[in-house]
Amino acid sequence: MPEATPPDVDGVQIDLISGARMENLTGMEKIRLILDGVREGNIVILEEGLSPDEESKLIEVTMTEISPDEFNGIEIETYPRSETADRSFLDRLMGRESTKKLTVIGPANQIQTLHKDENLISALVSRK
Amino acid sequence: MGLLTGLRDSISRVTERLFSASDPKRIGIYGPPNAGKTTLANRIARDWTGDAVGPESHVPHETRRARRKENVEIERNGSTVTIDIVDTPGVTTKVDYKEFLEHDIDEEDAVRRSREATEGVAEAMHWLREDVDGVIYVLDSTEDPFTQVNTMLIGIIESQDLPVLILANKTDLEGSNIKQIENAFPQHQTIPLSALEGDNMDEVYDMIAEYFG
Repeated sequence: MPEATPPDVDGVQIDLISGARMENLTGMEKIRLILDGVREGNIVILEEGLSPDEESKLIEVTMTEISPDEFNGIEIETYPRSETADRSFLDRLMGRESTKKLTVIGPANQIQTLHKDENLISALVSRK
Repeated sequence: MGLLTGLRDSISRVTERLFSASDPKRIGIYGPPNAGKTTLANRIARDWTGDAVGPESHVPHETRRARRKENVEIERNGSTVTIDIVDTPGVTTKVDYKEFLEHDIDEEDAVRRSREATEGVAEAMHWLREDVDGVIYVLDSTEDPFTQVNTMLIGIIESQDLPVLILANKTDLEGSNIKQIENAFPQHQTIPLSALEGDNMDEVYDMIAEYFG
């Protein structure tokens, strides 16, 4: 992917990652993509979110990378709706899950959720 | 996930559960930090075995390792349900050692506790994916249940097709709001209780026997 060099200004980088970019990645590649961005101080926005299993592994890998005074973990927000409740029995049997939910992830020490409901996520982002 | 792989995994999960039906079910006690998970685990263990599971504290992340109490036999309506209780560390997506400093803990100990806490949360997630047969999800009923950790964890539990009971704990405190928890997770049974005071434990044991027996 062609990358622009960030201008030498004090700001916060926001990466909006499309579902198409994520769909051919393995679970671990998705987690690496997210955590590498967040550890650089970026806010990562996923168009289609992660599956429950990937969310579980994201928490696990995040925990292994926390280090005092360096990385405190992540803040993550998605809209609070139950996707799994809508799945058919066959979908559940086959492990098919709908994960299409916008997800915002950032460094825990830089992002603070101000408000969240079914339709709105409002967050305050600070510089490093 | 491929069609065949998904089918094979699903069949494997079902057969494992069927053929291990006579073994005690491993019931994980999950929830955010300071919800009263260890107080509940101790209450259940003391009521039925006479022993405790681990120390309780108002300091977050007091439980930093999953602890198992095996062969807890709960008697309900003339029959006995045997479970292993797994008390897990409170799940979070962030741990800052400076939070421990606010509880009169020195820096060296705070750093050690935070490192153990992160290992404990990772371990708890691993248990949830691999090693529990059912979940008791404990929430502090004085706190807002609409948090990302709760949403994610309930989603993870549902995706594993694990039976789950939601316990609205700390009903002895002013500000306890059971309705808010019922509204947050209407697809699951919510039971109010005070693990500290032992209030409504009969209903808790009835539901444990019904869900996990």
